[in-house]
Amino acid sequence: MTDTTFEAAQKRGRHRRPRNVLPGFGPALGFTTAYLSLIVLIPLAVLFGWSLSGGVAAFIELATRERTLAALRLSFGGAAIAAGINMVFGLLVAWVLSRYSFPGRKLIDAMVDLPFALPTAVAGISLATLYGPKGWIGGFLADYGIKVAFTPLGVIVALTFVGLPFVVRTVQPVLEDLDRQYEEAAATLGAGRLQTVRHVLLPALFPSLLTGFAMALARGIGEYGSVIFIAGNLPMRSEIAPLLIVIKLEEFDYRGATVVAATMLILSFLMLLAVNLLQAWTRRHSA
Amino acid sequence: MIDTLAHASLPPPPKPHELATARAVTRAATGEAPAIRLLLIAAAILFLTLFLFAPLALVFTEALRQGVVKFIGALTQKEALAAIRLTLITAGISVPLNLAFGLAAAWAIARFRFPGKSLLLTLIDLPFSVSPVISGLVFVLIFGAQSLIGPWLSAHGIKIVFALPGIVLATIFVTLPFVARELIPLMQEQGADQEEAALSLGASGWQTFWHVTLPNVRWGVLYGVLLCNARAMGEFGAVSVISGHVRGLTNTIPLHVEVLYNEYAFSAAFAMASLLALLALVTLALKTFLEWRFAGELANGLRH
Repeated sequence: MTDTTFEAAQKRGRHRRPRNVLPGFGPALGFTTAYLSLIVLIPLAVLFGWSLSGGVAAFIELATRERTLAALRLSFGGAAIAAGINMVFGLLVAWVLSRYSFPGRKLIDAMVDLPFALPTAVAGISLATLYGPKGWIGGFLADYGIKVAFTPLGVIVALTFVGLPFVVRTVQPVLEDLDRQYEEAAATLGAGRLQTVRHVLLPALFPSLLTGFAMALARGIGEYGSVIFIAGNLPMRSEIAPLLIVIKLEEFDYRGATVVAATMLILSFLMLLAVNLLQAWTRRHSA
Repeated sequence: MIDTLAHASLPPPPKPHELATARAVTRAATGEAPAIRLLLIAAAILFLTLFLFAPLALVFTEALRQGVVKFIGALTQKEALAAIRLTLITAGISVPLNLAFGLAAAWAIARFRFPGKSLLLTLIDLPFSVSPVISGLVFVLIFGAQSLIGPWLSAHGIKIVFALPGIVLATIFVTLPFVARELIPLMQEQGADQEEAALSLGASGWQTFWHVTLPNVRWGVLYGVLLCNARAMGEFGAVSVISGHVRGLTNTIPLHVEVLYNEYAFSAAFAMASLLALLALVTLALKTFLEWRFAGELANGLRH
């Protein structure tokens, strides 16, 4: 049906147009693929090769050891909880920044990107001090018997910091572009404000919320610098997967290190694939 | 006569106070009551304070806790200066290389059609979803003593792991996507019309690139370089795996922060950390300025 439209005809015409007149395609693509292969692809292939050097059975045995599983569970679980927290509060921050005006709004808007710019080691020592037993916030929470630093809770705090900008930055533009007419229509038809938010706004924002969640999750799974200072790093309890890689490397257990690394990469790939499928599904069903 | 008739058939014009009520009703329907509004703003600011502003403020208060003299003393120690130097050298090598990569990738992807383009785009993004620790690990595997070429390298006195080349390689891996990700969507938006015009007027390929393409994307280039540089100078995980932590030799600023912190030299650690926090603030300020002043000349994608 769309093939009969003028645009489609134009597109087909463009296809038939003689080849691009711009020069430099060969060198540009050659340099790009060579650079990418040397820096990223070949090194990652070497990593997978190392992890499988003892055969598949050995890989599975190493990947399912108790300590490895505990570390993976903490990295993936902690990242998922932190991304969930960021989904809720990221939506709140995006909402407040795009809908209300108050003094300092522009400054706060700019500062939301701080976790992108602040080196992870700096965030790490700062959060460890802040949420430590003598810190401004940690001391306050300790009075109520809540320990954050050196527990799995500390991991979640660090991962929340690291993933903070993602949801805000994916939801904010959608919220700003959203036509107020839909909300007005819902209100005219007798919907209460909460009903409008639930049935009109949230469905429209859901794909971007999910994108932000996935990005925060992906970032959190691999995060190292901001976590190790606050986590306490007790094996089986507060030891994240990237730290386990470092420990195995320091023990010269290269195969063990590469198995953990390869498992992390495979799992995060599957997770992102699942999120992408979910997103495609919601897009089909909301259309 | 006609006037009075027309007036008679129309409802009387609304009085100012009625208009105000109507506006208030619309606002209530698509907005929130002032109290809820205030509550939401307060909740957002509280969240950001706990997770953003307090950590940032703490860096500077801890850095200056023992006075300005100690602060400056910590920054001018021999090992601190060596770390600053190494960080500048590392960023000085890796950022230009990734800039060249970003320009080449954007030229190929935004100006030509070829099969496998979306795969290439995905692969360029790959370093963002790889743990920094893994980014360092891969180069240890390739160039370390236990690797295939490790013995040959050490026999010829070439040091890559636990030395500058390794640190640079790990940094390049981690910061590879930044410039490309800004330039590809930007050049796609701009299209090739101006370049085709320059070529048809007799300009050579390089002339077109230097005098048409680059000036058009200069703010995008600056934007990408800015973010690339911030990450290159602040990278911790990848560099930590490959550097070997040799004090005064292979410690960058973030690694030196870790060493000092683990030795309980908290003030010195935070003094070094405050340098990086300052870098982050300057980066954010410049980034915000670019977004505000040259919004039309930047890609409208998601900012990283």
